[in-house]
Amino acid sequence: MPSELAVEVKGLKKSYGDFEAVKGIDFEISKGEIFSLLGPNGAGKTTTVEILEGFRKKSSGEIGVFGLSPEHDLTKLKERIGIVPQSGALDRYLTVSETVTMYAGYYRNPQPAEHVIELVGLQEKKNERAIRLSGGQQRRLEVAIAMVGNPDLLFLDEPTTGFDPAARRETWQIIKGLAELGKTILLTTHYMDEAEFLADHIAVIANGEIVAAGTPYNLGGRDKLRPKITLDYPEGVAPPPELKNVFTPSGAVTFEVNDITSAIYTIAEHARQNNVSLDSLQITRPSLEDVYLSLIGYDTEQAAEPEAKAARGGRSRRRNR
Amino acid sequence: MIRTIRLLLKQVAYTNKAFWRNPASAFFTFAFPIMFLIIFNALLGNHTVLIGDKRAHYSTYYVSAMGTFGLISACYTNIAISISYARDEGLLKRISGTPLPKISYIGARVLHALFVALLLVVITALFGRLFYQAELPTGVTLLRFIVALVVGAVSFSALGFAVTSRVKDADASPAVVNASIFPLLFLSGIFIPLGNGAPSWIHWIARIFPVWHFALSMQAGFIGTAYNWTDVIIVAAWGLFGLLLSVRYFRWEPAR
Repeated sequence: MPSELAVEVKGLKKSYGDFEAVKGIDFEISKGEIFSLLGPNGAGKTTTVEILEGFRKKSSGEIGVFGLSPEHDLTKLKERIGIVPQSGALDRYLTVSETVTMYAGYYRNPQPAEHVIELVGLQEKKNERAIRLSGGQQRRLEVAIAMVGNPDLLFLDEPTTGFDPAARRETWQIIKGLAELGKTILLTTHYMDEAEFLADHIAVIANGEIVAAGTPYNLGGRDKLRPKITLDYPEGVAPPPELKNVFTPSGAVTFEVNDITSAIYTIAEHARQNNVSLDSLQITRPSLEDVYLSLIGYDTEQAAEPEAKAARGGRSRRRNR
Repeated sequence: MIRTIRLLLKQVAYTNKAFWRNPASAFFTFAFPIMFLIIFNALLGNHTVLIGDKRAHYSTYYVSAMGTFGLISACYTNIAISISYARDEGLLKRISGTPLPKISYIGARVLHALFVALLLVVITALFGRLFYQAELPTGVTLLRFIVALVVGAVSFSALGFAVTSRVKDADASPAVVNASIFPLLFLSGIFIPLGNGAPSWIHWIARIFPVWHFALSMQAGFIGTAYNWTDVIIVAAWGLFGLLLSVRYFRWEPAR
């Protein structure tokens, strides 16, 4: 494997009995990048990550983490990876400082505990027991645990699920900071904004297959999708007839156009003649969420009958929406 | 090897810190045997009981019995419940993702349980000596007694690990663990001595399982009845059985 790759996955498959959780996926993660696996619950994200972490055995395919096999070189590999698991788990009666020091002791070349505690911004809380920390602080402690072995690759499994907006921002800043230290990060999430803010590359996984891969900017052809223009028109004023348009439920008009420059010119000229204010004018690019929802086959008709969907989809599906 | 042992000893220190800061484990493990000792002595303290061919004060009998109960609580009950919780919360999984050798973690739990059990037996014995004039083992009896304690602690710990594979989730653990041990404690004469009048099926159950055999070794220390290596070997065999079950069925990950 070329040395600039941190992770290489080729034709990875994993079955549980008859159920194929991962159906042959390929991806690569370069050293030093933040790579995000995006997908709904049950798509195969966690299975894939746990195979790379050595918790599960693959059914077939090739995987390498820094050229090591998670099945055969696990002891060596554990020294080089740090894991922030999905469900938080801490020794609730140990303090921040004791916890980080304890985990540091498990590694051959750990970072000083003090340094890591400072890195995640918990120095004020270092003598507090884990049980007395807030949710965001506990998550930061978990990041500290994952960091203390001085790993080259960090696995972050849904690091901000259940956080309030401020705690999410805080955690994102810490993750950005880790990337700046040169760590490679594999982030799984089902939050679009999280992937958009953090990731260098994204792979979208649905039903055990990668349905799209790219950067947050060009994923699923996002860069080629046309922007939308919306504007409110006062009663009695018809929008410019030469542009294709639809009325949205709120009464605003949405234009879907190819040439945005001439469309803006047309709209502005028409507005000046008809005395229409442009205060409500909006130009929006399709969001990553729009792209993602179309990629995972989210059906707007189903979304219109949420109860039927919840009843069919059960708990995990409901959490996604 | 050296590293594994060094990590194990460090882990004992952390396990110990967490143990004493957890009010539930510290209270149930420590206060219960002493509380029972006081209650049973208040009820029966001045009477005597025939154990084998020896007539002993109930106070001495209960020092021995509550020592037995304390050791089983510290090793079997406490390990089974706390490991079930640690597994359910994902703590065991997290640890198994680090370079810490698994044997260091498990060994630390067993060694810690052994320390707690020894401390409990010492406290029970001193308490019995101080308030109930109980007799304490000395000399060779003490040495044999300590061997039985160590074998008992390790064996009941192994059984504690083994039973976690039968516990679905942490909330079920106190029920499963207590349901598996309390009837046996009664059937092995821990709370009420098994006289000759006890039905033979109870004697048979007592003979099959390790609790009664372990209690006999403890009685040999406190009451001066015969010490049989067979009892120690039967307890050890149960421990080995627990170890084999654990090796085969122990899970580091929560059931999903």
